[in-house]
Amino acid sequence: MENEKNHIIPYRTFLYILALLITLTLTSVAITQIYLGTLTVMLALLIAAIKSSFVLRIFMHLKFENKMFSIAVIAVVLILSVVIIITFLDYLYR
Amino acid sequence: MNTTPEIHRDDLASKTGMWFFLFTEMLLFGGLFIVYSVYRFRNAEAFHLAAKELNVTIGTINTIILLVSSTTIAMSITAIQKKDKRLALLLLCTTILLGLAFLVNKYFEWGEHLKEHIYPGSAVLALRGQGDVLFYGLYFFMTGLHALHIIIGLIFIGVITVRIYKDKIKYDNFVLLENSGLYWHLVDLIWIFLFPLFYLIT
Repeated sequence: MENEKNHIIPYRTFLYILALLITLTLTSVAITQIYLGTLTVMLALLIAAIKSSFVLRIFMHLKFENKMFSIAVIAVVLILSVVIIITFLDYLYR
Repeated sequence: MNTTPEIHRDDLASKTGMWFFLFTEMLLFGGLFIVYSVYRFRNAEAFHLAAKELNVTIGTINTIILLVSSTTIAMSITAIQKKDKRLALLLLCTTILLGLAFLVNKYFEWGEHLKEHIYPGSAVLALRGQGDVLFYGLYFFMTGLHALHIIIGLIFIGVITVRIYKDKIKYDNFVLLENSGLYWHLVDLIWIFLFPLFYLIT
């Protein structure tokens, strides 16, 4: 009896993702050296978010796993976002 | 296939448990990121100047080291699924070496700060003002907590490597390897946010 269906991810996929992640890292280093201001923060965080979605989906197998895991991760991210938004509403308008 | 009596095993439950633990880790670091962003908001100028003093080159090298080590541990799962024990061991040893390289870099990086008498509670740092005290306090605490996670991850992966070597973990029962991989990727994930927040955004 099989405990669960195991999805074998080819080695190639990981190497492609690695190349992509390193490219994104170098891009964010380059961007932050050029621009200044709020845009820099936004871009750097956007790139970090893109990178983490690849790590979560491919390296951490979320793409091939039971949907329950993805939903739970999204829930945690939402909880954090709500707390961040409420904290900043407080600091900006007190 | 089930002719021999086997011990009950539930890989899905095992992974679920690991994920729940990872959620507490995400919330722990998430809380620290909120503290960081509030202090940054209130001390924008000091954080801007202090962040410029961090070494972007070492930070970038460490980011790439962690990304490569995440790739090697992810590939070791493919290797063990394909019953290639030798390659799995090789990839795991590479992961451990890369993790150690990360710590060596951190040692030199922190050493530079300590030489300039910049550390939490230092009198030199106190003279530079509240903003710098907060920035370096968070810097040492968050990168230190992250480094502690690297050390724990290395021990975890080390134990798994020995178990694979002794054939206790094989192609049909590698959920522990998957869990150690998940932990290692989380450590990578946290660094993906620590790096731009401390080194890049000035």
